[in-house]
Amino acid sequence: MTLHMPPILTYALRRLVQAIPVVILIMIGTFLLLKLAPGDTVDALVGDMGGADAAFIARLRAEYGLDQPIWVQLWRYMVKLASFDFGWSFVYEQPVATVLMDRLGTTLMLMAASLSIAFCAGIVLGAIAARRAYSATDNLISVLGLVFYATPSFFLSLMLMLVFSVKLGWLPVGGIKTIAAFYTGWDHVWDVVRHLIMPTTALSLIYLAFYLRLMRASVMEVADLDYVRTARAKGAREGRLMTHHIMRNALLPVVTLLGLQFSTVLGGSIVVETIFTLPGLGQLAYQSVVQRDMNTLMGIIFLCAIIVVVVNFLTDLLYARLDSRIELA
Amino acid sequence: MTFADTEIAPPEPPRYVMFWRRYKRNRAALLGLVLFVLVVLMALTAGIIDPGDPLRRAGEPLTPPFMNWDTPLGTDQLGRDVLSGVFYGARISLLIGVVATLVAIVIGVVIGALAGYFGGWVDDVLMRITEAFQTIPNFVLLLTLVAIMGSKIEWITLAIGIVSWTAPARMVRAEFMSLRNREFVDAARNLGVSNTSIIFREILPNALPPIVVYASVIMALSILMESALAFLALGDPNYASWGNMIGQGRAVLRSAPYCAVIPGIAIILTVLSFSLLGEGLNDALNPRQKK
Repeated sequence: MTLHMPPILTYALRRLVQAIPVVILIMIGTFLLLKLAPGDTVDALVGDMGGADAAFIARLRAEYGLDQPIWVQLWRYMVKLASFDFGWSFVYEQPVATVLMDRLGTTLMLMAASLSIAFCAGIVLGAIAARRAYSATDNLISVLGLVFYATPSFFLSLMLMLVFSVKLGWLPVGGIKTIAAFYTGWDHVWDVVRHLIMPTTALSLIYLAFYLRLMRASVMEVADLDYVRTARAKGAREGRLMTHHIMRNALLPVVTLLGLQFSTVLGGSIVVETIFTLPGLGQLAYQSVVQRDMNTLMGIIFLCAIIVVVVNFLTDLLYARLDSRIELA
Repeated sequence: MTFADTEIAPPEPPRYVMFWRRYKRNRAALLGLVLFVLVVLMALTAGIIDPGDPLRRAGEPLTPPFMNWDTPLGTDQLGRDVLSGVFYGARISLLIGVVATLVAIVIGVVIGALAGYFGGWVDDVLMRITEAFQTIPNFVLLLTLVAIMGSKIEWITLAIGIVSWTAPARMVRAEFMSLRNREFVDAARNLGVSNTSIIFREILPNALPPIVVYASVIMALSILMESALAFLALGDPNYASWGNMIGQGRAVLRSAPYCAVIPGIAIILTVLSFSLLGEGLNDALNPRQKK
């Protein structure tokens, strides 16, 4: 570009342009899934009304554009998706977009809390394990990591519930706030936090294992590099070596994973939200599958995909900031 | 004439011996192997140890474990034998895990090989498709596919394979990109070997070790996904599944937690065995990675 833009901006623009075909493919994909699913909007509508005659059904089909060639339908669908119009939910009797927006906050809160805990604890524990490699501490951390990695999130959730709600009675079993308590101010915040503790723990403990393992391997690799030896030879203390020399480079692969994991964690929130009856997108996804509410389900897929594209874009930028070796131009 | 100076190095032990020597150096991997063999034995002997349907009524409902030797691990709220469920569940988990992994690897290898070998626009198109798949949370896609295709065990297995192929595809692509310009490939091309043969006979065998290691990861994830589906009561109701047992055990979590805990431990140990197995395979197949 001939304009004198800072390189980071040019880089950001290029990454944005690269995301466009991916978003278009996702639109086509959701359209195909919608077409593959048994029944269409008109079937749902007619089913809702308790039946209708053939002429009326045909008129409805024409009205919804379902008699048009598939390409025309696809194009219209994509235009609608691009303006975040996901159609009508016949289960909730509301536009899908409204239903999704009601649920988005809870899921984002759950994910932000889980991912930041998993990420921070993962890199700290991973770094400790790597610096004391093959010691008892390392073994303990590594074994715990492996076990949490192998634990299904729903099982971990149930066990937390068994211990902290059923046996000890410390935490509420489900929901996002105490019903009919009408807390205000800080009481309300504390109430929500108490409801989020167990779901957040369940999600973060499992994803912590990914970061922990990667961070351990990454620190061990970087700690062997020449520049670290040079710094040590010049008299840098171990603590400073870790914080100033090793961490920054060792974090690179872990940051990449943060972006990639985001979509997995969104998937994992389905199970956790369903168990803890948290009114988020995950629970909505499960209910939509059970109730065959395809419009809502496709809306969730598209919204999740957009969130993941945005998060990946942000991680790319963060990565570029962290790694000066990446060419921005 | 003497042959004294033709000193021949002792023959290298056969490949499988070398493989085993490298594998057994990793103690955790040995533990993984033991667990794996146990699970396979459970799956194989499910019909012998406990003949009959695992979903039948075997005793008084909610008999605790170790009370009645007909049902050593107790019974659930419908009187179904927990031990029997664990054994038959092993069969279903392994079956779905193996087939779904094969599906994922086959799709991944084909897409990754084409993208990595041909490069250019083929690579662009295939990689954008892969990214699109990676962008959609795979469990959400899995639920959608199950909603569309139904909960039959064949479809569930296929659906798990369909949502798991992206990582192996990227891996195969990277391997192919680094191998496609090697001399042995050039040699084959100059001899007039077809592209198909070069891809599958020349390059693929060299690209296999990391894929084999990664297969153990997919296997573990497949088993976790199947159990999560079954837990949500979206699995095939005609088969005993660990996830389903935990889902049903949730109703009696307060009074009879063993109904959920026992199959839960079975899942953890099985998935753990695949993770450890994968580490051992990595040590044995990619020895250069280890210092």
